[in-house]
Amino acid sequence: MNNFRIEKFVGVGLLLIVWEIVARYKLLFFLGIIKMEGLAFPPTIPSVVEAFYQDVLDGTMTLSISYSIMHLLIGLIGAVLLGIPLGILTGWSKRAEYIIDPIIQVMRPIPPLAWIPIAIMIFGLTHQAAGFIIFIGAFFPVMVNTYSGVRGTDRKLVEMAKTLGANEMNLLTKVVLPYSMPMITSGVRISLGVGWMCVVAAEMFGVSKYGLGWKIPYYSNIFMYDHVFSYMLVLGLIGYGMDIIFKRFESWKLRWRETI
Amino acid sequence: MLRIIRLTKKFDSYTVLEDVSLEVNDGEFVCIVGPSGCGKTTLLRMAAGLDFPTKGELFLDDRRIDGVNKECGFVFQEYVLFPWRTVKGNIEFGPEVKGVPVEERERISQHYIDLVGLKGFENHYPHELSGGMKQRVGIARAYANNPKLLLMDEPFGALDAQTRNLMQGELLRIWEEEHISALFVTHSVDEAVYLADRVVVLSANPGTIKEIFKIDLSRPRVRTSPEANALRDAILKSLGTEIKRAAERK
Repeated sequence: MNNFRIEKFVGVGLLLIVWEIVARYKLLFFLGIIKMEGLAFPPTIPSVVEAFYQDVLDGTMTLSISYSIMHLLIGLIGAVLLGIPLGILTGWSKRAEYIIDPIIQVMRPIPPLAWIPIAIMIFGLTHQAAGFIIFIGAFFPVMVNTYSGVRGTDRKLVEMAKTLGANEMNLLTKVVLPYSMPMITSGVRISLGVGWMCVVAAEMFGVSKYGLGWKIPYYSNIFMYDHVFSYMLVLGLIGYGMDIIFKRFESWKLRWRETI
Repeated sequence: MLRIIRLTKKFDSYTVLEDVSLEVNDGEFVCIVGPSGCGKTTLLRMAAGLDFPTKGELFLDDRRIDGVNKECGFVFQEYVLFPWRTVKGNIEFGPEVKGVPVEERERISQHYIDLVGLKGFENHYPHELSGGMKQRVGIARAYANNPKLLLMDEPFGALDAQTRNLMQGELLRIWEEEHISALFVTHSVDEAVYLADRVVVLSANPGTIKEIFKIDLSRPRVRTSPEANALRDAILKSLGTEIKRAAERK
């Protein structure tokens, strides 16, 4: 990233200062927002750093990150493997759209959390169950984006390809797919973000003792907010990092586009 | 040779073209001029097999056109290049889908890249090119498909006047090197007189052939010669009454 701007740190700096003041002087308690004086909420920044340091030292942080990324990958890969072909199918064939679309439209508004019982019934308390919840969150963006990309393919390009001798398979692989690639890629990127947001839902029901999404409710239940905050921050930073990496990949892969 | 025989095209009850018969001989360059909405584009689309006549038939050599015509090279005003393919990739599209081996494809694309004057731009993407260069790619792509017929729908309509004149000259140069029949739609009588062996004037609503002018001037033509001026004048007069009629209908 060569667009380094000092302004980018202003907001973050202000937030940290306000946070530290609120935490250090227990402002939430004195304002009557929380009732118990002894509760370390919000935790001070040094205590969060300390908690983070502890978890890194005893290895739980590394394990939790690895497990969460594994769950994310299971769900995301599933979503891509199923979402892209289904998106192409429904975008390409009106009949397929009539058959599949009503199912999709009913399932789409059901939040990933609601799928937990089904995940447990099918997969038990396994990593696949956690991956399944992430899959539910990640599936719809990639599928719907693929569908819109395919459906929106410029008719003139298709006709041009036909006069140049393209058959149906050529049209799909050499016109429709490349044309939709920006939409599909941004679908995958949204899925990546949504999938990562589903990590808590995917791990809170206890598929393992590690995972960023397991640790947050766990520490919350025992009032250790320094650890809660440390895991939340890690969740946020990793999500941000993945998005940056993906964006770089995207702009390299789609360098044929005119950019503003 | 393209033969259009008593062709009528209706969209619902609206008649776009009525009883149009026209032949484009081997190696002949035919321009179609006419008021907007007279069905010029529809006529080209039918020759490409992208649209079908309500009545009448089209033949390319002795084959009836009843599906997408894969032996034509279509050039659009809006270029219609594949934005994710480089210049070379665009030009090779036809040979590629027809299963031409890679070395042969390379030879073909190199030949046409040289012919249209795009040497050095092989690996550029369309968005990096000017309008004139994009249309050079469009023309090279059409030629690389080894067509029996070129169909051009106002290919230079989006270009500025200077580039347009330049491209007309370029097109003739290419066309003289690889003599392929061409059906060329334009709004510009000047362009038609400069390019064509024959100029077809279409009437409007419904489109019928009003008059055909033979342009018996040797190439390269001088745009301002008395003969060219006389022809231009005659075509403009013929076209003028049609444009007026079309305007009155609206």
